Amino acid sequence: MRLDARVHVAIGGLDLRVELVLGDDQVLAVLGPNGAGKTTLLRALAGLVPLDGGHVALDGVVLEDPRAGAFVPPERRHMGVVFQDGLLFPHLGALDNVAFGLHCRGVPRAAARERARAWLARVGLAGRESARPRTLSGGEAQRVALARALAIEPTVLLLDEPLAALDVSTRAAVRRELTEHLRGFRGVRLLVTHDPLEAAILADRVMILESGRVVQDGPPADVTARPRSRWVADLAGVNLLRGTAHGERIELGMGGTLVVAEPADGEVLAVVRPRAVTLHRVRPAGSPRNVWQGEVVSIDDEGSRLRVSVGGPIPIVAEVTRGAVAELSLAPGVLVWVAVKATDITSYPA
Amino acid sequence: MTRRRAPVPRPAVALAVLGAALFVLPLVGLVARTPWTALASALGSPEAMAALRLSLVCSLSATAVSVVLGLPLAWVQARAAFPGRALVRALTMLPIVLPPVVGGVALLTAFGRRGLVGRWLDEALGVRLGFTTAGAVLAETFVAMPFFVLAVEAALRGVDTRLEDAARTLGAGRWRVFRLVTLPLAAPAVGAGALLCWARALGEFGATITFAGNMPGRTQTLPLAVYVALESRPEAGIALSLVLLVLAVAVLVGLRGRWLGAP
Repeated sequence: MRLDARVHVAIGGLDLRVELVLGDDQVLAVLGPNGAGKTTLLRALAGLVPLDGGHVALDGVVLEDPRAGAFVPPERRHMGVVFQDGLLFPHLGALDNVAFGLHCRGVPRAAARERARAWLARVGLAGRESARPRTLSGGEAQRVALARALAIEPTVLLLDEPLAALDVSTRAAVRRELTEHLRGFRGVRLLVTHDPLEAAILADRVMILESGRVVQDGPPADVTARPRSRWVADLAGVNLLRGTAHGERIELGMGGTLVVAEPADGEVLAVVRPRAVTLHRVRPAGSPRNVWQGEVVSIDDEGSRLRVSVGGPIPIVAEVTRGAVAELSLAPGVLVWVAVKATDITSYPA
Repeated sequence: MTRRRAPVPRPAVALAVLGAALFVLPLVGLVARTPWTALASALGSPEAMAALRLSLVCSLSATAVSVVLGLPLAWVQARAAFPGRALVRALTMLPIVLPPVVGGVALLTAFGRRGLVGRWLDEALGVRLGFTTAGAVLAETFVAMPFFVLAVEAALRGVDTRLEDAARTLGAGRWRVFRLVTLPLAAPAVGAGALLCWARALGEFGATITFAGNMPGRTQTLPLAVYVALESRPEAGIALSLVLLVLAVAVLVGLRGRWLGAP
């Protein structure tokens, strides 16, 4: 099973251009900020938004190719879609919602209801067959939506923010079940989310989408280890700096220079973990290769540790203990020396 | 000390009472003057029975035509994007504000024996609409269908199109989506619209008398019979009016406050 797509869609202010090849051996999470085009990508794959260019093919069969005039409508794409906030049919009970797709595919009524009943049981909703959607809790509704999508035994499963509408306590439970169903599903699996935790737990491949473009694509750990955009860096909670490397020196785009341990040449991105940044009231002597003076901009409480934003030639965030803050009398406006060891900076080609 | 203020100033309340009286007094008058003892004979007369039967046939036929043609029209107006949609909508709604007699004249110019389409219908098919029962149905449809279209279009617009998307991914084609999702969700409004449309058709006077005439048993519907009876036998006219009043009240009860999709 292989989904092969080159999606170009221009709607409103969004210009979406994504190339995507996805087999049935991994779960892909499309992650990105609001308005990045994640949902539009999913809807385009499902045939609900027409392509302006490119193609969608499944196992070599072209489902859509505007240049060739090919378009398989959504009802014949055989893709199971779980929509944000479920979108159950309000006038039908849980069982009839699940049986809907089977009914549309010509399964006789009795057999369709029997299979729907089995699917409801598999998502833990036996006994709730006749419940109307408005009487279901958020978690129950999302389970019915999942059963409805799976009941048609699709070859592709698309999930659009499946947990976004749930409250925190339900989310963990539904996420656990969703993990199992995703693992057990044989076919192409694609999940859209804005929650990095959800992506990391449910998927083994993450595609970062920003302003309609793919910024990064790979295993979740790789993506957060080597962020390629500010959004991903913030997600991973690290400092991301951009510059030009000349051997062991990186001339930063914003001004200033960093010294790194591993020499390189050309455009690079450099990641500095906030815990590797140390703050001092007097210029530190000795080993650190990168030392500069800056002014504390803000201090954010992160539980046991505090995140200190320091402005100056190289704006950076340091993560320090409460004790350190008290000892150094850190407060907004205070001048501090910032030190980062060359070995604590990871750099890679931009 | 502050006096609790009424939500509306007194002069406005006085005018509101006067306004309500304007509606209530005629009804009281009608009920008070109804010849209760002679009601059975007044309504049982052959002319009255014929008018009643014809009215039911015509208004129900007009409602049926309105549903068959109005549902697709509302669907197209609610979902399809095409140039001139605003104009089509405006023209569809025109009969609501157009004087019915003008509607009758317009129907004559289009479907009368010498009308644009009527001439062709007469020559080619031998079909005449003017001054026939079919003409009465056409006149009533012309006046009443907009009420149905208006109610249904508003309801269809209110149906979440994402539910239709969900149905499509589950394998439903456009027709099936409409039949299994859109229509059931709009069903209350379709029912209310049909009821409203029927009530309007039942009371139709101006367009019917202009286009279809006033022939007992063929085009003389209840409102026309009331008008004619008032000159010769006023008590019969009042009795027939009472019938229409009862039907109107029944429609209001049936709508249960659901007026053009309002809650």
